[in-house]
Amino acid sequence: MYKVKVYVTLRESVLDPQGKAVQQSLSSLGYQGVEDVRIGKYMELQFDDSVTDVEGTVKEVCEKLLSNPVIEDYRYEIEESANQ
Amino acid sequence: MKFAVIVFPGSNCDVDMYHAVKDELGEQVDLVWHDADNLDEYDGILLPGGFSYGDYLRSGAIAHMSNVMAAVKRAAEAGKPVLGVCNGFQILLESGLLPGAMLRNKNLKFICRTVELTVENNETMFTSLYEKGDKISIPVAHGEGNYYCDDATITKLKENNQIVFSYASDVNGSLSDIAGITNEKGNVLGMMPHPERAVDELLGSADGLKLFQSIVKHWRNSHVVNA
Repeated sequence: MYKVKVYVTLRESVLDPQGKAVQQSLSSLGYQGVEDVRIGKYMELQFDDSVTDVEGTVKEVCEKLLSNPVIEDYRYEIEESANQ
Repeated sequence: MKFAVIVFPGSNCDVDMYHAVKDELGEQVDLVWHDADNLDEYDGILLPGGFSYGDYLRSGAIAHMSNVMAAVKRAAEAGKPVLGVCNGFQILLESGLLPGAMLRNKNLKFICRTVELTVENNETMFTSLYEKGDKISIPVAHGEGNYYCDDATITKLKENNQIVFSYASDVNGSLSDIAGITNEKGNVLGMMPHPERAVDELLGSADGLKLFQSIVKHWRNSHVVNA
């Protein structure tokens, strides 16, 4: 069993209006030091033992569906988890 | 001419599209469910607006994996007119039939009002009945219509005259005020504004009707003798 954590974020070159609004809100709350906020998505995928190439599969699904490479980057962490 | 309006779970402009073709344009049209795998009997494909699959993950992301999209791609390759409006445009972007992607509107608001568009290119099968530079009134209704693509893509879009409609003034932050683009071949059009909601003066504007009439004119010229 593998637990895979996938993080999808907007590319650096892409403006994040939502993040900007949150940054401005933080600043008006008095947190002047928060220079930038970027908002992304966090996904957890559970793989069973039938998947042999976990990393290859993760890359594939990230590129095919979980992220849109035109505007988003992804990164992932793979953890071995105990059988339940 | 026979049109297919593709219906996904969560489509909500499918009936407007159907009405525009059947009652205002006077052509044949079927509503086609997303699990269909053959669109050979149709001469034109219409992807309507709405919130397919609840906009889960990204707008259009789940819909572009659905069964019917393989048939839509084949229709596009065969040169048939394919029009995606609003969520339909987003699905075309996700499927790679059109370049680029949509971001949240710059002001983070869902924008629902009639806007003025400029016809940038009238030499397409979708716009031949307009004049270049025409200003037309068409409603928009979207939260994610802020068109984005990289520098190389925008340069190419401009060079090939693929920008068909632009907003007369900024609406949602779109790059170059893009409201609608075609593919390189010119037979796939995606646009955020809703021409199907502007097909009769009763609706406030009939400026969208010419888009559908242009498609029919193009089809007649190539399929009907003595058209």
